[in-house]
Amino acid sequence: MKSITKQKSLEEIEQQLEGLGRVYIIGCGTCATMTKTGGREEVLNMKDSLQGLGKMVTGWTVIPTACDEMTEASLRENNGAIQNANCLLVMACALGVHRVVSYIDKPAIPALDTLFIGLEDSPGSFQEVCAQCGHCVLGETAGICPITACHKHLLNGPCGGTNKGKCEVDKEKDCAWTLIYQRLKEQGRLDLMRKYHPLKNSQVTPRPRMTRIL
Amino acid sequence: MAQSFKEALKSGKFIVTSEISPPKGTNIEKMCHHIDLLKNRVDAINVTDHQSSVMRFPSLGGCLYIKERGGEPILQMTCRDRNQVALQAELLLAYVRGIRNVLCLTGDSIVVGDHKQAADVFELDSVQLLRAIRQLEKGKDLGGNDLDGAVEFCAGAIVTPEAQPIEPQLIKFEKKVQAGAEFFQTQAIYDLDNFSSFMEHARQFPVKVLAGIVVLASARMAKYMTENVPGIFVPQDLIDELASAPKGEALAKGIEIAGRMIATLKRDRVCDGVHIMAIGREEVVPDILAAAGLSTETVA
Repeated sequence: MKSITKQKSLEEIEQQLEGLGRVYIIGCGTCATMTKTGGREEVLNMKDSLQGLGKMVTGWTVIPTACDEMTEASLRENNGAIQNANCLLVMACALGVHRVVSYIDKPAIPALDTLFIGLEDSPGSFQEVCAQCGHCVLGETAGICPITACHKHLLNGPCGGTNKGKCEVDKEKDCAWTLIYQRLKEQGRLDLMRKYHPLKNSQVTPRPRMTRIL
Repeated sequence: MAQSFKEALKSGKFIVTSEISPPKGTNIEKMCHHIDLLKNRVDAINVTDHQSSVMRFPSLGGCLYIKERGGEPILQMTCRDRNQVALQAELLLAYVRGIRNVLCLTGDSIVVGDHKQAADVFELDSVQLLRAIRQLEKGKDLGGNDLDGAVEFCAGAIVTPEAQPIEPQLIKFEKKVQAGAEFFQTQAIYDLDNFSSFMEHARQFPVKVLAGIVVLASARMAKYMTENVPGIFVPQDLIDELASAPKGEALAKGIEIAGRMIATLKRDRVCDGVHIMAIGREEVVPDILAAAGLSTETVA
């Protein structure tokens, strides 16, 4: 699993840091490093940018996996520089921000926007494959998720916008239902495409979503 | 209106439907003019539902005006903007106000429209919407609760005979038939050979098929549609024919082509009727009907 992020504009970060002159920067060694949004290099670049804006950077660290509970120990090791800062600028996905917030009672400002949970399909190219809908249909759709891969998350086949295997919203994007059709046909399981899929339960786990291992 | 759309479908006559687009704003003058232009010339008038995801006066509102002015409306209903609660509620209102025909569509993507950052819904798809109508007819809502007064609709759907690959489209067509679709209005067709082979497949099912007709106003438009609009293919000979029209007469040529296509579809009994989508050229619909030799069939 990878949490796919993109960096906010420096302008937005500057706005959020208004009145906060001393900043401690936290990066993440896992997903944000792979997406080049919050690894060591990006953290150092951010340090330069913040100094360019007249901010004082009291310190920085790249936590191995920011969403992990080990984050607490990493933050403790850097306690001096963190206490010296007015705020934390977190260059991790929102899971990392949440983890940091649970340990440190200082304002935590996200430097990244969390886009989706995805896979790296080729170097540097990330694709959303699961929308975490709570009721998996992959067994009936040849392993291609129509909820995620179809722009309109349709369950009963392609819409009229399907265009020679591509999607009406973007000629670069594949039509999920054409892919599902082709793969089911290869598998000799086209009957699955004829099956009616009733409405999905939108409240499998009502928000805020929680679960507990019994 | 002499007969309901459902009766017209049953009568075995060659059906003609057309459509109007509600206004962007509160000035309904033009829409009412189009209703009056069409109401006695066609068997029913579709009202588009925020066509191309452009926010407008609602489809249901347009249908109410058609009823008021003595026409037979077909309520176009997409799944883009409303969840199951809102869709059902709107069907209840439509029914009590005398609207008896619904065309169930998935709907265009929100990002092609004029509110590109809006949330889309798509909780239901077109097949599920057809089934929802059939369930409401049984006096139950989608939550399984009893209704105090049920609905009854002539429900239809759309199909794209030029889709590539065609098999997924045919599978969905069948799912729509099984979900209770009584009629189909197709995406615009221009290749009659291809459409005839689609109809050979469609004829296995007890549904009425109205071929989609969009008048070609120029060779440039024809080329653009072939290259850019999903599910539309204009054969080269039609593009050449449009290009051969003298300057300023391309639209007249397009009307002639549309009329000729309709006349052929009717003469050869290829399908059960046509659905003329004017897309801003409602004024020429009577000319298309005349070119097809249908102007005498004015609905009394």
